[in-house]
Amino acid sequence: MPDRIRSALLVPVAETARLLRQRPRRTVEADLLLWRIASSGLLPLAVLMLVLVPWGDRALVSDPVGVVWFNALDVFAWALVWLLGWGANAVYGLVGGYRFLALALGYELPLMFALIAPAVAAESLDLGVIAAAQSGLWYVVWMPVAFLAYCLGVLGMSVRAPLDAAAGADLAGGVLAELSGVDRLLVQAGRYALLVAGAAVAVPLFLGGGAGPLLPGWLWVVLKAGALAWALAAVGSRLPTLRPDRVLQPAWVVLLPLVLLQDLVVAAVVVWG
Amino acid sequence: MSPDLWADLAFWACGVVAVLAGAAVFYVDSMARATYALALSFVAVGVVLLLLGQAYLGAVVVLMMVMEMAVMAVYMVMFMGMNPALMPMSMVHSHRAAIGAGVGAFLLLGAGALLVPWPERRGAPDPDVTAALGEATMGSHMLVMVAISPVMVATIVAGVVLSLHRGRYDRGDRP
Amino acid sequence: MILETVLLVAAALFAVGLYGALSQQVVVMVMMGLELMINGVILALGGLWWFLAPDPSGQVLLLVVVAAMTVEMAMGFAVATLLHRQAGHDMTDMATELRR
Repeated sequence: MPDRIRSALLVPVAETARLLRQRPRRTVEADLLLWRIASSGLLPLAVLMLVLVPWGDRALVSDPVGVVWFNALDVFAWALVWLLGWGANAVYGLVGGYRFLALALGYELPLMFALIAPAVAAESLDLGVIAAAQSGLWYVVWMPVAFLAYCLGVLGMSVRAPLDAAAGADLAGGVLAELSGVDRLLVQAGRYALLVAGAAVAVPLFLGGGAGPLLPGWLWVVLKAGALAWALAAVGSRLPTLRPDRVLQPAWVVLLPLVLLQDLVVAAVVVWG
Repeated sequence: MSPDLWADLAFWACGVVAVLAGAAVFYVDSMARATYALALSFVAVGVVLLLLGQAYLGAVVVLMMVMEMAVMAVYMVMFMGMNPALMPMSMVHSHRAAIGAGVGAFLLLGAGALLVPWPERRGAPDPDVTAALGEATMGSHMLVMVAISPVMVATIVAGVVLSLHRGRYDRGDRP
Repeated sequence: MILETVLLVAAALFAVGLYGALSQQVVVMVMMGLELMINGVILALGGLWWFLAPDPSGQVLLLVVVAAMTVEMAMGFAVATLLHRQAGHDMTDMATELRR
């Protein structure tokens, strides 16, 4: 086995073991209650998103307003990441928390309007119905702008590059700076889980749900979600970190009108198509 | 246990959480805790709306209020002047009158809730409440939404005009 | 869960919010009180809708209340920012510009 692959397989295990054994570090006058809520909240958030995803034919919880619930859940990331920075009662964490809110304002509005496009096209807010409505053509093909805005939102809510200024190296880790031990493990796992959950929800929204040849539906969902999560992480990590004070303007002045235009096109196609 | 009993239990749990979290807003010292106590209160009310058969509005209330409280926390920290967690002090005025008004309002509204002879339920909910709401906002009640939109635009303009300290073409990036 | 109990919880929320809105000195805390009052109104409307007249009109009314709340928040934040920038204070008792 080449060294690169072996280390890629071993690093997560070693890091998990290291963090589990690490002695917890406390800051002075930390707001432990809020800090704990924030550090343990990201992972359940991702699980709640995954519960909404239809695996092939049906989801664990088939929700008639699943799209709205996904939106409501991803807004919880605002609260949790800010609290992560606040709870530590330390300057780098707090700056990181504020940076996250500044970025979140930028990515959330395009994301919200991007979610509207598939819902309008399928005439339903149910993720299962939306997945089933793409039997002919995947929505990603004729809603590329909405898909891009959605992907940007997923990168933002999982605090990944290029929207990772909240946990930037220039802040010594920002919201992650004071985390140690199990708390840090939970937060890092939660960030990866949010990325995967966002990618998994994109499958019924844009990538045709469980549609695919030969293999069963649930396997296609897993494959597509895994491929999208990998692609997001790979593309994101090759982009430079965006300055949080410069994101809002292009996001609202350029991306938001483009997404609105996308919604208009989708609505026109649905009405006259 | 019957589903009705579960719904009752969930309602009482959410109701107690909503009221206690609401009271905690004015009791705790920490600004962040006060803000997120209010968020918790709203989430509990959102869940009660789900129990009352309004899936869409429940989700929207949760979505909006968590977002709003995340922003509110920033304003709390910015405008609180001093940190009440570091320097506990009373920041209330006419305390007794306010308590009196609160208790009076509760007694009045509670008496109304219990004593008014509420009419029988009229009609039944649509099988798809969300779709019916969409039809209503884009059909029979469209005028309401049309009236709200200029109010929203006016709010955005007024808010920006009030709070911005620079002009139209000054981007704030020049010295 | 009957109409009366839902309205009682809503009344409690409204009363706590009223206490906060009347007693707090800091503008942002007054807004928290107002929010709590609107929270009670939302709950009461939701209960009345479900138990009395479950037709779409009531839902539209709830949407209007939610929209009114966003207007309240936006204008509240804007005025608080303006007060803070112009006069450097954040207490309702000090905002006396209109008294002259």
